[in-house]
Amino acid sequence: MAEIVIRDAIANGLREALEADERVFLMGEDIGAYDGAYAVTRGFLDSYGPERIRDAPIAESGFVGAGIGAALTGMRPVVEIMTINFSLLAMDQIINHAAKLRYMSNGQLSVPMIIRTVTGGGGQLAATHSQSFEGWYASVPGLRVAVPATPYDALGLLRASFKQQDPVIFAEHSLLYGVRGDVPDEYYEVPFGSAAVRRHGADVTIVGYSRMARVALEAADRLAQKGREAEVIDLRTLSPLDIETVVESVRKTNKAVVVEETWRTGGFAGEVASAIQEEAFDYLDGPVARVGGLDVPTPYSLPLEQATIPDAARVVGQIESSFGL
Amino acid sequence: MKAAVNLEKTEVAEFYRRMLLIRRFEEASARLYMQSLIGGFLHLYIGEEAVAVGAISLLEPQDYVITHYRDHGHALARGMDPKACMAELCGRATGASGGKGGSMHLFDASRHFMGGHAIVGGQLPIGVGIGLGIKMQGKNAAVMIFFGDGAVNEGEFHESMNLASLWKLPVVFFLENNLYGMGTHVDKTHAAGRDIYNSAEYYKIPAVQIDGMDLLEVREATTEALRRVRAGNGPVFIEAMTYRYRGHSMADPVKYRENSEVEEWRINDPIDRFKALALEEGLITTEEMEAIQKEVAEVIAEAIDYAKESPFPELEVIHNNVYAHRTSK
Repeated sequence: MAEIVIRDAIANGLREALEADERVFLMGEDIGAYDGAYAVTRGFLDSYGPERIRDAPIAESGFVGAGIGAALTGMRPVVEIMTINFSLLAMDQIINHAAKLRYMSNGQLSVPMIIRTVTGGGGQLAATHSQSFEGWYASVPGLRVAVPATPYDALGLLRASFKQQDPVIFAEHSLLYGVRGDVPDEYYEVPFGSAAVRRHGADVTIVGYSRMARVALEAADRLAQKGREAEVIDLRTLSPLDIETVVESVRKTNKAVVVEETWRTGGFAGEVASAIQEEAFDYLDGPVARVGGLDVPTPYSLPLEQATIPDAARVVGQIESSFGL
Repeated sequence: MKAAVNLEKTEVAEFYRRMLLIRRFEEASARLYMQSLIGGFLHLYIGEEAVAVGAISLLEPQDYVITHYRDHGHALARGMDPKACMAELCGRATGASGGKGGSMHLFDASRHFMGGHAIVGGQLPIGVGIGLGIKMQGKNAAVMIFFGDGAVNEGEFHESMNLASLWKLPVVFFLENNLYGMGTHVDKTHAAGRDIYNSAEYYKIPAVQIDGMDLLEVREATTEALRRVRAGNGPVFIEAMTYRYRGHSMADPVKYRENSEVEEWRINDPIDRFKALALEEGLITTEEMEAIQKEVAEVIAEAIDYAKESPFPELEVIHNNVYAHRTSK
């Protein structure tokens, strides 16, 4: 068991795959000579060379499409889009091509490609660089979406991603790279479609993922100070979505709040809340609550940005107003 | 018209047969569309047959082909079974993609025919990636990417040429310039005019413009292109000037061009020209051609019957192949 940060957990997973499988290669913006915009691939170029650590021009649609094509020939590309904001430039390749080729070809083609990208706000990067689109991708049939919040999950989900035969959006939160956590020495994977119960409690269920799973835990700590015990569930993957674990918890707590960083309107939290109501309506004391980002382009100025993104105080406040806890 | 003297008689028969097969297939498709046996969009390749047949005839089995949504011609030129192709157009379970793709999304992975892509320009980066995969695995193969003049104003066209040239990938960029992106003439859409091959020069890609209505010229240019690509010298670019006689799709009333323009192009009909030359050079006889016409008619009739008689897919397959492993989640 070693305590490492998420950045290193992902780097370890990538190195492991590069060493185990010669079909694996990395391609993206500034992953080589620059060492990665978030330093995940630091030193990779020296270890594996420019063929397998392939610096790409800033041409998201071009190199994501190239990843698809390489995957069609039997390679295992890991395509890095510097941030999920830039994935908008590759959306046609991701949604119209990567996600659909297996289906449209009736299983003749397969796109085993991992798209690593950085999601989330909180770094004062303003409206164009602070978004969280993983929920959009999770709604697309044919894609898988992983949203790790711990080093353990980052490595375990990355290993599982390499086993997938379908395109995976692997969304890493920009503010979580330095988060520490224990990672076992022995091999393990975190299967897709299995949420984690991060904290047990009987009074309310808080559902989150990525950085919001950590905000949910912080909110639970605050509630504990008031003598209320929240159960915290980290979804870990949005596609597949493990709604069973959520529903099981709600049947016990009878109250649920779903926390998400992106805009509240049309967010993935709405999907989760709706699923809870479909599966556990009779167990609910009241409507499932949602805490999401404000419906504004993320502002630059620090106090404005902080007011935009959900934090523990807002989660606790929502639980108080929705459930009187 | 290039001289056909270097052709074997068997090749001549095969090229004629294949171009005719595509034309008759497309004519049959149009009829089936009018009978509502084919739904959705139907884009016919009539008039452009020499491009697909000429270019693809020079590929080896290990090479790859990827194309746009006007894809029946390329699929058939690559050897897709006309029965599977027609059944796919009719949405039947026996279709090339089990009825899930339709006319615009034909695939035959066993022949390295990688689609059938219906978002304009979308196949270009994927084709480049196929080239990358070929190169990284050290395979002796090339990829031929077909696209139209409509695609060249997409950013992906430029991204793809840049990547392929930068990484010296074994890619043949094959532009089928039929002068119209849907109903808008290339002169109104491309700043550099219809000589689009010039754009490749900026990316340091050797490029030629050819008469796409001349099968032999297509073959000559493709031979040279493949020689360069297979030598590891990076991509090449061929612009074939061609023309579709029909509208963009069956839904197109064709109000944007004069009939006289169509008639002018018909004078250069690729099948008629090839036929005349082959007869003149004594590489085929009238009897042999008639036999081929008869055979093609039979193949088409068989494909139509097969499609009509094939069942629609069972509803239970609807969730199959969304993912590698079917899941309820």
